[in-house]
Amino acid sequence: MTAAPQPAVEPILATRELRLRAGPRTLVEGLSLNIHRGQLWCVLGANGSGKTSLLHCLAGLRPAQGGEVKLQDRLLADWPPLEAARVRGLLPQALHDAFSASALDVVLMGRHPYLERWAWESAADRALALQALHCVDLDGFAQRDVLTLSGGERQRVGIAALLAQDPTVLLLDEPLAHLDLRHQIGVLEHLELLARRDGKAVVLALHDLNLAHRFATHALLLGGPGAPRLGPVAEVMTEPALSLAFGHAVSRVSVGARTLFVPQ
Amino acid sequence: MNRRWQIGFVLAGLSALAFLVALSVGSNSIAPPEVLRLLLQPDASANADVLHGLRLPRALAAFGTGALLAVAGALLQVLLRNPLADPYVLGTSGGAAVGALLAMLVGLGAAWVQFGAFGGALLSIVFVFGIAQRDLSRHAFAGEASQTAPRLLLTGVMCAALWSALIALLLLIAPEARLRGMLFWLSGDLSGVATPWWPLATLGVLLLATLPLARGLNVLLRGPAIAHTLGVDVRALRRKTYLLASLATAVAVTTAGSIGFVGLVVPHALRLLIGNDQRILLPACAFGGGTLLLLADTAARSIVAPMQLPVGVITALFGVPTFLFLLLRRAGQR
Repeated sequence: MTAAPQPAVEPILATRELRLRAGPRTLVEGLSLNIHRGQLWCVLGANGSGKTSLLHCLAGLRPAQGGEVKLQDRLLADWPPLEAARVRGLLPQALHDAFSASALDVVLMGRHPYLERWAWESAADRALALQALHCVDLDGFAQRDVLTLSGGERQRVGIAALLAQDPTVLLLDEPLAHLDLRHQIGVLEHLELLARRDGKAVVLALHDLNLAHRFATHALLLGGPGAPRLGPVAEVMTEPALSLAFGHAVSRVSVGARTLFVPQ
Repeated sequence: MNRRWQIGFVLAGLSALAFLVALSVGSNSIAPPEVLRLLLQPDASANADVLHGLRLPRALAAFGTGALLAVAGALLQVLLRNPLADPYVLGTSGGAAVGALLAMLVGLGAAWVQFGAFGGALLSIVFVFGIAQRDLSRHAFAGEASQTAPRLLLTGVMCAALWSALIALLLLIAPEARLRGMLFWLSGDLSGVATPWWPLATLGVLLLATLPLARGLNVLLRGPAIAHTLGVDVRALRRKTYLLASLATAVAVTTAGSIGFVGLVVPHALRLLIGNDQRILLPACAFGGGTLLLLADTAARSIVAPMQLPVGVITALFGVPTFLFLLLRRAGQR
């Protein structure tokens, strides 16, 4: 008698035959995706190829036009909002502030799903928020008004709020927008650490192919004909596939141990 | 923790002082110690009559109305994510004005004027809610630019424009004799208040209903997409906020006409002083708005006594410079 087959580890976030449309355009067709803890996924694609729509769908902000999205063992739509908020979080593309608020208060919003109805943020929540600010190199910014921050600083406050929310699945829509070189690497290194050390699943939309290749374990390439290409980075990020998806020839070169993608 | 109670004590103390001033000042001034004594132990004197029959109901109505307007303004500023929103921006007061002026035009009594005002306000609320329903219940967050709920704001502003055209029409066809009363109503006036209990009861309901929503409103200020992913039921919260703010406005306008600037200036001033946490800001607005309108009304009935000025003129005279100051300060910070 052979040993019972090891039950496959359940993906933390999965889609089956997902279809997304925007008006008359089909953005995503037949996408079956299994995202596991410890993986860092990059969503790549040209402008308007559906990266943001897909992330919003995975976050439960927009319904799919076909197929299903499962978070852990349940359909995403069946999750009570507050419970879902402890498992998945989203950094939207554009952050817009209408009113003054301190950076600390903005980051503390991430603790909302953990607080009882009448509870106020505790000292522990405050410590978590300060720690999150530290992770994005914003020590000393706690009391700064977000309206006075630069674009990159504001973006890092948004990332810190997501870190304070501490979900298992982190969805980030172009998290590197407005960030300088040092902070691009810093943020990606921290996300990589979260995936490797804490078993988080990270999904980010990114335009920088070189950083995507360097940090991601898996890639999803949107656009181009047929079903989206997905899988381990090395299999997806090939010259022909990238050239086709972006509509511009891309060459792959090696410099030392690094792989770089150069547009022609 | 401590700060919350400090703010509460300071604002409650200021409100009590404002009441004392309002009850003392008038054509027949009563010394503050005498006011306290008569409040607790009314006797048969003329002062007790003035106090309990005239000044106290009017002071309570002024406080309740100001509190409603300030809380409604704060709620709408969060809902529309627009610091320039005030309780009248969505047309509720215009509807009330048309209803009230119609009742005055055909010569009905004060009770019918109030009825007309409330009916007009409700009509406007339902109308705007019906058209903007999809915006309030938006589920697709396509692009963060759409998060300022433009359809709700535009529908409300269009509705307000329609009402103001009707108001102009009503004023043009009104007979001379009624015109003065209509203009008085339009600029806001507390002299016709029969009972203070409507605004006070509404204020109680409003605070009980909004305080459980306050932390969700803080999150909503960060944008609907983030609020949704943080577990806030954005649709339900937006609808409740719109309806609560509109009903508060309707009761305030029915009580005292269209008193401007309380709903705009008080939330702004308090935000500058105590920050933008709705759990503190909303009750603080109730105290602040109540106090401001109470003092403004006291000024309105005593500056050129025995003549009365419309209280809306006083709040506007105070409100416009304050508002411009805040606006310039904001621009300077950028």
